[in-house]
Amino acid sequence: MTGVVVRHGRIDLALHRLRDGDGRPLLLLHGLGERTPSAVPEHLDGWAGPVWGLDFTGHGASSVPVGGGYICEMLMADADAALAHLGTATVYGRGLGAYVALLIAGARPDLVRGAILDDGPGLAGGGVEPGTPYVLAAPLAGGVVPDPYALAELSQDVRPADYAAVFARQATTLSGLDCALAVCAQVRPPWLAAVAAEPGVADVPRRRAAALFAGVD
Amino acid sequence: MGQSAGVSSAAPGAEVVTFPGARAPDRRRTVDAHGLGIAVYEWGDPGAPPLALAHGGFDFGRTYDVFAPLLADAGWRVVAWDQRGHGDSDRAALYSWDADLRDAVAVIDSLSGEPMVVGGHSKGGGVMLQYAVALPHRVRKLVLLDGLPSGRMPDVPDHERTRMLAGELAVWLDHRRRTGTKVRRPDTLDGLARRRARMNPRLSPEWLRYLVSVGGRHDPDGWRWKIDPALRMGGFGPWRPEWSMQRLPGLGMPLLAVLGMQPEPMGWGTSPDDVEPFLPADSRLAALEDAGHFVHIEQPDRVAALVLDFLGSPS
Repeated sequence: MTGVVVRHGRIDLALHRLRDGDGRPLLLLHGLGERTPSAVPEHLDGWAGPVWGLDFTGHGASSVPVGGGYICEMLMADADAALAHLGTATVYGRGLGAYVALLIAGARPDLVRGAILDDGPGLAGGGVEPGTPYVLAAPLAGGVVPDPYALAELSQDVRPADYAAVFARQATTLSGLDCALAVCAQVRPPWLAAVAAEPGVADVPRRRAAALFAGVD
Repeated sequence: MGQSAGVSSAAPGAEVVTFPGARAPDRRRTVDAHGLGIAVYEWGDPGAPPLALAHGGFDFGRTYDVFAPLLADAGWRVVAWDQRGHGDSDRAALYSWDADLRDAVAVIDSLSGEPMVVGGHSKGGGVMLQYAVALPHRVRKLVLLDGLPSGRMPDVPDHERTRMLAGELAVWLDHRRRTGTKVRRPDTLDGLARRRARMNPRLSPEWLRYLVSVGGRHDPDGWRWKIDPALRMGGFGPWRPEWSMQRLPGLGMPLLAVLGMQPEPMGWGTSPDDVEPFLPADSRLAALEDAGHFVHIEQPDRVAALVLDFLGSPS
C-alpha cells in the first residue's frame, strides 16, 4: 500500500492508495476507531478507478493531536484535505465515515460525485440531542491510535436529523447529479433515516451502490 | 506606527498602555491541561476563596483586567485563563466546547477540589453552565455574563438557508485548506483597536487600546491578536441555542444571569422573556438596557456590584 501525506492545519493525514485504476477515484472513509483497510473491500472491487483511503485525525497512520477536541465538522475538513489532493471523487464511508461522507458531500457538491453511506463503527454518534454532559476526569493516554479522545468525543457528538437532512439536500440540489447519495446501511439512526427519506437519495444494497456513481460526470 | 507616551524602552516591542482601573494580574502561571499549556491569571489574596471566570470566544483572560480587581479587592481570589488557542495558551490542532470544558477543569483542579464560584462571559458562560451541570458538586454559585444564547433564529426559508449554509461551508473549508500556513495580517495598535471597536462600539478608545496591548503581540512588522489564526467564526454546526437554555431549570446552585440588551454583532439577542421560563428557583436575572454583549468590559463597576451583591461575603 502506497500513499501520500496531506496536511490539515497542524495534522498530517495519511492518504493511502489502495489500488490504481482508470477514471474517477473512490475515497474510503473508515469508521470510528478504524483505519484504512489494507485491501479494497470485496463489494467495491468492481470500481474501475483508483481507490484511496484516508486515515482521519487521530487514527491509523495520521498524527494524533494533543488534548482532543474532536468534532465531525473537523473530520469533514480532513476529507476535504484529501479532496484537495484527489480532485473530484466518489466517497464511500463506514459508520463515522458515513456521517463524514454526508457532510463533505453537502459541503463540496462540486467535488464529491456521489457518496455511499454504509454500516460501521460510530454510525449513530451521540444521538439527535445532547445527553447528560460529563467530563473526562483523568487525562487519557496520549499519542496512541486510535486516539482515546477521538473514541470518547466522536461517540458523543450530536447528530440532529434535520441538520443531516440539510447536508443531504445540499448534495442533491447543488451537485447537479440525479442521485448524489446512496444509503446501504442496514442500521438507520435518526440522522440516517432522515437522509434516506430525502428525495433523490438511493436506498440500495451495498453490492450495487458503487455502480450508481461509476458513470456520472 | 503611532507610538504614544508609555512606550517602554526596556522591553522593545512591549508597549505599555494604561487604563484607569485596569490592573495586571497579581500572579501568572501555566497549567498542563491534557498536554496543552493553559495560561492562568490571578488577582487577589491566594488564600481567599477562589472565583473562576471563563472568557468568551475569540477573547482572552485579561479582558478581566478591570472587572477582576474589583472582585479581588472585595476579598475573592479571582482566576481567569486563556482558552486553548487564545491569548498566551498553547495553540491546538482541534478546538471544541468539550475540550474547553476539560481545560477549564484542569485549571479549576489546580485551585481547589472544594466547590467554588464559577462563571463566564458569552461562550465562556455556556461552557461553565455545562461545567455546573456535569460537576454540580464543585460549584457553589454560578455567574453568567451575557452567557445565554436564545433559541431565536433568523427567519429565512429552508431553501435559502440551504444555499446560505453551502456558501458558509465552502468558505470555512477553504479557510481550513490554508490554515496550516495562515498568519494574521499585522496592523498598528490603533488599527487593532479600531477593529475591536466594531465589536465594542461603546468602549472608549483608551480602553480598546489597553485591550490590544494585553491581547495582542507586537512583532517587528506590527501588532496582531494572539489568537490562533486557525480559529474562525463559523455559523454552522449541530448545536442549538435552546439546548443551553434547557440546562438552566435543573441547576442545583444559585444563579446570577446578566444580560446586555444593546444589540451587537457578537451578541446573542437574548431577552429576559427568553430566559425567565427556564430560570431555576434560586436565581437572579439582571437585564442591562444600556450595555451590549461585553457587559463586564463595558460596565465593570456596575456588573461587579451585581456579582458581589449576589455572592455575599467571600468567607
